[in-house]
Amino acid sequence: MQDGAVHPGASPSPLPEKVSVTLIVNGIERRFSVLPWVSLLDALRDHLDLTGTKKGCDHGQCGACTVLVDGRRINSCLTLAVMRDGAHVTTIEGLAANGALDPLQQAFIDHDAFQCGYCTPGQICSGVGLIAEGRAKTADEIREFMSGNICRCGAYPNIVSAIQQAMGAKP
Amino acid sequence: MSTPNNTAKAYTGTPTSRVDGRAKVTGAAKYAGDFNAGGLAYGAVVEATIARGRIARIDAGEALRVPGVLDVITHENRPRVADSDEAWRDDLAPEDGSPFRPLYDDAVKFNQQPIALVLAEEWEIARYAASLVRVDYEKQPFVTDVYRRRDDAIVVEKPDKLRGDAAKAFAAAEVRHEADYFIPTEHHNPMELFATTAMWEAGGPLTVYDKTQGVQNVQQFLCGVFEKKPNEIRVISPYVGGAFGAGLRPQYQVVLAVMGALKLQRSVRLVLTRQQMYGLGYRPATIERLALGARRDGTLDAITHEAVGTTSQFEEFSRNDTGWSALLYASPNARYEHRVAHLDVPTSCDMRAPGAATGVYALESAMDELAVALKMDPVELRLRCYSERDQNEDLPYTSKRLRECYREGAAAFGWDRRKPEPRAMRDGKALVGWGMASGVWEALQVPVAVRIAMTANGHAEVSCAASDIGTGTYTIMAQVAADSLGLPIENITIHLADSTLPSAPVEGGSWMAASACHAVIATAGEVRSELLRRAKLMKGSPLADAVEEDVTLSDGKLVSRRQTDRGVSISDIMRHAAMERIEKEKTNEFAQDKAHARNTHSAVFVEVKVDEELGVVRVTRVVSAVAAGRVLNPKTARSQVMGAVVGGIGMALHEETIYDHGLGRIINHDIAEYHVPVNADIHDIEVIFVDEPDALINPLGMKGLGEIGIVGVAAAVANAVYHATGVRVRDLPITLDKVLGRRQAA
Amino acid sequence: MIPFQYTKASDVADAVRLIAANGGAKFIAGGTNLLDLMKDNVERPTTLIDISRLPLNSVEETASGGLRIGALVPNADLAWHPLIEKRYPLLSSAILAGASQQLRNMASTGGNLLQRTRCAYFYDTATPCNKRQPGSGCSAVNGVNRGHAILGASTSCIATHPSDMCVALAALDATVHVTGAKGARAIPFADFHRLPGDTPHIDTNLAPDEIITAIEVPAKGFATHYSYLKIRDRMSYAFALVSVAAALEIKNGTIEEARLALGGVAHKPWRDAGAEAALRGQPAEDASFARAADLLLRDARPQAHNDFKVDLARRAIIRTLTQAAHGTPQSQSNKTIQ
Repeated sequence: MQDGAVHPGASPSPLPEKVSVTLIVNGIERRFSVLPWVSLLDALRDHLDLTGTKKGCDHGQCGACTVLVDGRRINSCLTLAVMRDGAHVTTIEGLAANGALDPLQQAFIDHDAFQCGYCTPGQICSGVGLIAEGRAKTADEIREFMSGNICRCGAYPNIVSAIQQAMGAKP
Repeated sequence: MSTPNNTAKAYTGTPTSRVDGRAKVTGAAKYAGDFNAGGLAYGAVVEATIARGRIARIDAGEALRVPGVLDVITHENRPRVADSDEAWRDDLAPEDGSPFRPLYDDAVKFNQQPIALVLAEEWEIARYAASLVRVDYEKQPFVTDVYRRRDDAIVVEKPDKLRGDAAKAFAAAEVRHEADYFIPTEHHNPMELFATTAMWEAGGPLTVYDKTQGVQNVQQFLCGVFEKKPNEIRVISPYVGGAFGAGLRPQYQVVLAVMGALKLQRSVRLVLTRQQMYGLGYRPATIERLALGARRDGTLDAITHEAVGTTSQFEEFSRNDTGWSALLYASPNARYEHRVAHLDVPTSCDMRAPGAATGVYALESAMDELAVALKMDPVELRLRCYSERDQNEDLPYTSKRLRECYREGAAAFGWDRRKPEPRAMRDGKALVGWGMASGVWEALQVPVAVRIAMTANGHAEVSCAASDIGTGTYTIMAQVAADSLGLPIENITIHLADSTLPSAPVEGGSWMAASACHAVIATAGEVRSELLRRAKLMKGSPLADAVEEDVTLSDGKLVSRRQTDRGVSISDIMRHAAMERIEKEKTNEFAQDKAHARNTHSAVFVEVKVDEELGVVRVTRVVSAVAAGRVLNPKTARSQVMGAVVGGIGMALHEETIYDHGLGRIINHDIAEYHVPVNADIHDIEVIFVDEPDALINPLGMKGLGEIGIVGVAAAVANAVYHATGVRVRDLPITLDKVLGRRQAA
Repeated sequence: MIPFQYTKASDVADAVRLIAANGGAKFIAGGTNLLDLMKDNVERPTTLIDISRLPLNSVEETASGGLRIGALVPNADLAWHPLIEKRYPLLSSAILAGASQQLRNMASTGGNLLQRTRCAYFYDTATPCNKRQPGSGCSAVNGVNRGHAILGASTSCIATHPSDMCVALAALDATVHVTGAKGARAIPFADFHRLPGDTPHIDTNLAPDEIITAIEVPAKGFATHYSYLKIRDRMSYAFALVSVAAALEIKNGTIEEARLALGGVAHKPWRDAGAEAALRGQPAEDASFARAADLLLRDARPQAHNDFKVDLARRAIIRTLTQAAHGTPQSQSNKTIQ
């Protein structure tokens, strides 16, 4: 912060050049230029106007920013846009691209798996990732493998039910 | 009132999916920080790193030289703001004190206080430049530990009239229990970061998208602070990513964002970091002292509840904490007193069930200890002390089915299989404990206005300035509107949380559902009257001699209540009247009834499994039985109570804002180290709504649900941990070191 | 975050050349810890060298019967790799006990070794910290230190190492393969991380110009008798108060080989040769486990707020060894502790 001992020097460091980045976001190629320090999350929100992906902590501590990169769920706050050049990114906006909800989106509505809705895009992207992984089967496993997505409204039991529905498991 | 007739489908009382569900699962729902605009400037806050003192020197020179930095605002160069406390006092501000004014002067009143705002073309540029703002302080002594100010705390609440002599009765009681309990500082940590996007438009009003529980509160506050006319600032907040009380008062980021927009004459977004949100309000650390005196039969002779809460040096915030103890149980002698300690911290604020979540935790822990002393079942003890009347005001309730909560909750939980002694139940290496507690909250209702615009094609827009912070206001208003206008719910559009809409107070205190729904009913009544007036003018109208009480809206028609096939469709009426739309606005009206107390109640039953050697506590089962009048949407209501139980489990086991009192600084100021429950912490939660008819409170017989679900949960968990282990932990959270009896005071 | 130049390394040699040429440079792979710290201005690299696409992401069998794990294999892939699950389930279990699936999908094997402490003072640039700012002092020594070290700490630093995976790798006697300007070398896992001493700002013995290329685990995988038990303040997505990796070879009820490593108690994954030696040749029962625990903790020095950790560690060691001996390893999903 403003601790002189920690940050000596009186001239700011120059900013580097912007870097051109291409991402295939929800199936559409998007090319843009950003400074290297722009996270994938901020690139989506501030540069591509895809604000469905949420910032809840910016430090990988809450899961609200979860998106799928090349099919895997990650925290978009802890990766740089430039590092993902060429990657396929799926955000919450891409799950119902043709107007039909993804089964997990519908299951979230059916099971009332959210209240305020702020963690929901991350929960759903995380759940889609979880289902694709094919590892978590039991309720205990779903709980554990969804624990990287905090829901402060406390919808956890309904989130587990929604994922079970979407998995085709008996609730 | 207009409830649906027998033939129409009633949405009220039927489990109904959220009407904003699709927006929320597709990412279309826009929160305060989601509104983009061309030329948006980004703000970053510089925070104080001392607990108390003054800024001797602040140097933004280096920060200003970073390419892309637009401005750095400090107390030295800020735009003019109002200089009276009155202007800074929002609807929720404590009556006493002087509200915090960001960047006002050189005084540092708490650690993490905002002391500069950097504005830049991009967020990371602003954040980097913020790290370059140099500050020299003159430090002053500070205190952040409530225990160090316990004896200097100031009395803020005690009863007008004493009930008996609690001290004398306690001294003479056959069985006594007396102990201190402690709830640490807790932060709300809604998932959404506090954010404001202020949209500047030359010559137009400033449109402020803000994370708030009350847009009109913020709008009036901003007009006061920036000396603007009401039409110069508009506040909008269509979706709020949780708040739990943190969004009741305008937070400093809205002041800074507006200040930045006015100074730059440009749109500004300011999103606080998670860490910075620990510089906002919080549930106050509170020391609770309970003294209960009882007869051997379990009736109470004396209740004494004294609490010491926490507030800042500049405002005196407190909520009813101790009064619940004197209210809930029958006792001829009762005394309560709430004091607050002024510390070098921000002003505390409301957090879900403020006062009750803490005070009832202490009361219900103490009741459990009394039950142990009496060798009496904890439910039985509560039945022995059961009161049919509000013990403070000596009033009957509009309804109180707490007895049924105990009965139905215990039955669902299987309480009768509980072995009374601690450490008597096991599952493998885990000790099993069953605990319970009561909960109580208020059933308040407040004036809310609603506008309904109905069009000839049978659609209605329902507008109100109230917020939906995730509680389901959109949905419940749509249900009531659909029923009272006789339309399918798909034909109802709800507009909320825009300061230009009909007036509503902040969403909080569990008052919004009942208040907003009755405003919808009142306004729908006006629409119906207008339709009837027009229908009577129609040639050969089947309703020619109908009076208002006789008609209802159903299936898109205005019909006779007694003879539902006699009626006229809304579209016909409006076509004949050559009207495109009918627009009405009305404020709800509740009968003034000072002869009754209005409360919600609950009984919470909890199972924990505690590893005997390792002290690890898991909450494996919860049954929460709630008496809250008529439940309009069982689906969302269940979620609301379930979520509050999760919050209560967090309060019991996880949540604690940890101060380094030597530095006067919060050290776990993020959401990795400030623990809230994650999915793996939560297992079965069963919610029961006991049937609680209430013909007195309001026409729908409904009460709010926002707070009641959390009240009592922490005590029930603590009581279960005691039952499992024989260890009584009286300071939250119940971490494994305390269960193992090896905790050192920090 | 301070401004930095961004560059991509084309191969390992290029990475080594780039880091040697840039004083303030750091490698970035998964980025989960580095970016976290950069956002708080704790890490302040002036250049980031992106190594995330180097071909270091395979798991290969070695001639000696072990496995060579590429430094860029994501944690999640490693945990679920068929050979790891089958032959090194302790490693799999420890990985799954840490972080979240999203983070495990990003975090690399090599990067996991370089995780920095979770000490709150290290993260808060408004407070003194010898690890972040050498010579500035340690705030934790006289501050809030419930989560801090009980073994191997110094007056300069009482921070703990946060990794779960490393605790298992320590128990498995892994080797860290690195390449630098002076060529390649192999570092035994026990020598990789350092105790704080009076240089707590240096976490490891990796030279500034070296890159981790692989982690090798020897043939002995302890796939029958193992367990990883992590004790923390909530059931998931939290750092350990104490964690224990236990691995045994048992024949006719007698312990032939024993490995015991602890997390959350020291500046590095903690192993104690004496404690392990004391287990060998002993019956696989409580009394043997208790003796080993007492030996391992004989020099434990709790801080003002974490006296409980000593007792907790003792109990956790006994329990984990019992789980390992019984062949009932701790599940990372079902939180019942058997």
